[in-house]
Amino acid sequence: MKLRVPSFSILNGKSWKFTHDTLFQIFLGVISIISVIVLAALLLRELIKGSWPALSTFGLEFLFSTAWNPVTGEFGALPFIYGTIVSSMLALLIGVPLSLGIAVYLTEIASSRVRAILSPVVELLAAIPSVIIGLWGIFVLAPFVREHLAPPLMNYLGFLPLFKGPAYGYSVLTAGLVLAIMIIPIISSVSREAILAVPSLQKEGALALGATRFETIISVVLPYAKGAIFGAVMLGLGRAIGETMAVTMVIGNNPQIFTSLLHPGYTMAAVIANEFTEATDDVYLAALIEIGLVLFAISMVVNIIARVITWKYLKLEEGLS
Amino acid sequence: MGNKIEVLDLNAGFGSTHVLKNISINIPKNRVTAIIGPSGCGKSTFVRCLNRIHELVPSAWVNGRVLLDGKNIYDSDVDPVDIRRRVGMVFQKPNPFPAMSIYDNIAYGPKIHGMKAKLDEIVEDSLRKAALWDEVKHRLKDSPLSLSGGQQQRLCIARALAVEPEVILFDEPCSALDPVATAKIEDLILELKENYTIVIVTHNMQQAARIADFTAFFLMGELIEYGETAQIFENPRDKRTEDYITGRFG
Repeated sequence: MKLRVPSFSILNGKSWKFTHDTLFQIFLGVISIISVIVLAALLLRELIKGSWPALSTFGLEFLFSTAWNPVTGEFGALPFIYGTIVSSMLALLIGVPLSLGIAVYLTEIASSRVRAILSPVVELLAAIPSVIIGLWGIFVLAPFVREHLAPPLMNYLGFLPLFKGPAYGYSVLTAGLVLAIMIIPIISSVSREAILAVPSLQKEGALALGATRFETIISVVLPYAKGAIFGAVMLGLGRAIGETMAVTMVIGNNPQIFTSLLHPGYTMAAVIANEFTEATDDVYLAALIEIGLVLFAISMVVNIIARVITWKYLKLEEGLS
Repeated sequence: MGNKIEVLDLNAGFGSTHVLKNISINIPKNRVTAIIGPSGCGKSTFVRCLNRIHELVPSAWVNGRVLLDGKNIYDSDVDPVDIRRRVGMVFQKPNPFPAMSIYDNIAYGPKIHGMKAKLDEIVEDSLRKAALWDEVKHRLKDSPLSLSGGQQQRLCIARALAVEPEVILFDEPCSALDPVATAKIEDLILELKENYTIVIVTHNMQQAARIADFTAFFLMGELIEYGETAQIFENPRDKRTEDYITGRFG
């Protein structure tokens, strides 16, 4: 008797047959590959074409120069790259522990009634328009940072260059706090899914050894879900890097590199949004577009790293019978 | 030969579902006691009441008494975490911790209980008792997922042994394993009864006949018959037990 194995792979040479299925498969494959490549190529082409005057004038120097003077025609992206990275990292530093705490509380500790109320509330945070969060930042958070948060930081940690005064309300620290609030919904809800997906057999395995609930969460539940949690963090980072409106409203928009988090800074997304309409000469405009190109590249790298690591963990989990 | 566990009028369930009804049973020390019965008869719920794992499921409830060495484990002054260390459990499917190495899987229990000295010794000793040492001694740093299903299950047994329990509960430990791996686990259980009290849930009656000293037959949440294994299989007193072991239902 001949064994019939249904094969949907056109690479399977022996059973290669030009059926409707393979035609359909090729058709879909071509469409999806073309659309992705065309879209990426168009975007890159526009960005490179638009930034060409700046690219050809400044070369690689653009990435390492701290000068940003439209009047004299000097442009360097470093303060913006620096501001974007520092404010995003600060957001992760504040937002990730809070998000994980929320996710663990909602999945493992809260009663079902508390969970039913609290989890939609957390997710609703994501629905607030960023300009509203920015306004709140201007009227509430920035004064709070200036009057209540910065003074003790300067008093007790002022010996560190990170917390040197004077304190303006509009600062990298304020931007980091605003970004942290904005990335909490996405990180906590994706992490919550990841924790929910941990098999109860894993938890019971630890509990049956006499582990407390806390020990079980720390040493078994979170490590089991770490691949997906890492993916959640990267999603949050992607959002923080690209966030424009709320950041530009609170960061102070000052294109200089300060070590102190209490000083104003500037980010890539913010400078593009703020100065695009004023950019009258070609090189100025091109410099802004080149910042867009750098932003694009950094976001791509973050996303690719996130994908690769998530795949690695997913493969690992498949090995469990 | 004393009783390690005495269960008195145990009732348990989930929400409005009453799973276990007035179970009273004595489990003798250093013997293998098998729990048999058709699916849904409450055998798993029963053993999960013996180490207080049952109550972790939302809506689960228990009442009645379970005496471990004469002390009721449901008394308010008893810490369930301590009971779970003294009464170990091996589950239906192997559940090694994938984020830890083979070594760390075994060392995890002793570490959380503060047995930090002589970890290497505890790990080797537990793996030897679980008849796994020779197969893994050169790859202790590897992932447990590189092991076969049967080896993973023996790893889980070694992990349970590492915290020095007094009782080990096996909840259908071979249901995901092939016959060769099953035979190894059965041999292991027979060796372990020298030092531990063993309760095994199984829906494989041959398995109960091969390894158990005593057998209890559960049906619809009730204990129908309990006695020496030979008596249960050769000379059942209850008609329903006879029907079940001769394969007329279930």
